Amino acid sequence: MKLIEDANQQALGRILEGEPRLIDIVPARQLIPGLRERMILHAGPPISWDRMCGPMRGAVAGAIVFEGWAQDLPTATKLAASGEIEFHPNHHFGAVGPMTGMTTMSMPLFVVENARFSNRAYCAINEGLGKVMRFGGNDASVLKRLAWLRDVFGPTLGKAIRAAGGVDLKSIVARGLSMGDELHQRNLACSSVFLREIAPWMARTSTDNAVLAECLAFIGQNDQFFLNIAMAMGKAITDPANGIRGSTIVTTMCRNGTDFGIRVSGLGEQWFTAPVEMPEGLYFAGYSEKDANPDMGDSAIVETIGLGGFAMAAAPAVAGFVGAGAPSEAGNFTRSMGEITVAQNPEWTIAAMDFAGVPTGIDIRLVVDSGVVPVINTGIAHREPGIGQVGAGVVKAPLACFQQAIVAIAKDLGVS
Amino acid sequence: MTDQDRPQYQQLLARKVEVVNVGLEGFVKDLRDCDIGVVHVDWKPSAGGDPQMAALLAKLGV
Repeated sequence: MKLIEDANQQALGRILEGEPRLIDIVPARQLIPGLRERMILHAGPPISWDRMCGPMRGAVAGAIVFEGWAQDLPTATKLAASGEIEFHPNHHFGAVGPMTGMTTMSMPLFVVENARFSNRAYCAINEGLGKVMRFGGNDASVLKRLAWLRDVFGPTLGKAIRAAGGVDLKSIVARGLSMGDELHQRNLACSSVFLREIAPWMARTSTDNAVLAECLAFIGQNDQFFLNIAMAMGKAITDPANGIRGSTIVTTMCRNGTDFGIRVSGLGEQWFTAPVEMPEGLYFAGYSEKDANPDMGDSAIVETIGLGGFAMAAAPAVAGFVGAGAPSEAGNFTRSMGEITVAQNPEWTIAAMDFAGVPTGIDIRLVVDSGVVPVINTGIAHREPGIGQVGAGVVKAPLACFQQAIVAIAKDLGVS
Repeated sequence: MTDQDRPQYQQLLARKVEVVNVGLEGFVKDLRDCDIGVVHVDWKPSAGGDPQMAALLAKLGV
């Protein structure tokens, strides 16, 4: 159908033409109009408290205490269950967040600007490993780290980013792909390249050597530091591709630990959801499948732009880490995702695939026709609140989301 | 009886058989176990055989 093909070319063009640049770190309340007291943005499609999974509830309780809306976690949990807290998806406010994806008013957010289309997207700062809010952690150590990110790290790094005039992200991703990153479960190369670019500016703008050393060490010790920047980049790239009538290109994939949700360019802000699946992967010592929570997070925005599971061929070491088979089989994931995408990204290539571009532009028609669904590299959270990450794996997007979208777009175009 | 006198399917099986298997991969192993050459084609019907979904896809240009 010509209308669809033309619309898809337009959507694809907008994705490929994006010029994402990290320009600042700013408290959420200054960036997101409407983000107010007793309001929490979360990962995935819309969800109410009664349907939230354990880690999401744990993170919500922690965020409430962090913002000072309750004195302790039991009171915070009661407050959340009382209906006095508003919950909304990050995606409704130009933001994304990994795993539980908590965004509240005082949290500092990365600001990524897409210079080509003059839009911006936001994501909180990666907290590192161990007990962290994104995996449902909410104890004193988690809240103390969040306060340090808010009061010390965010302002320090933000000042450096502004002094640098921003940081070009496409080139860091291109280099990272050639250094073994796929940008979801491996961000070691991109984090290192980012640190190499920003460290001199941090040194120039810092007035306290102890703080400077602490901030540099925080980035240097976190292999996943760049993930949250890549997520804001993904959101900044995909938002301009949304709302093109007739386009069957996916512009959002995300999950909240209960539901998996997608949005499609030609269908605007409409969500198509289905129960989220359990990741298949490897577990840290002492944990197994029975501890795992179904998949969650807005981080599948990186797969939406051709990275993560779609770029597995660039990161053969990840295939083993997430239990997806032998490193030599990593290319199969990328080739398979090529069957459900309309193009390759010539700026993000994979040496092991003879410099083929990452598969880009998921077409819901190709997904439903072939039965091949997007694969997402992901962390696995413990199902109980407050414990954290217990493994890493691969999860498949539910086919039902794409089938619902096919029915909806056929109806919209008057061919049902 | 000459080859020409046999039914066509018997003529086929009277010579060395090589198979192109389309769809279900399970048949491939059985044939290989019988020392028969097989080329497998990974194929599924559109939309997993769901006629309503396949009809919509056809209208949407797949």
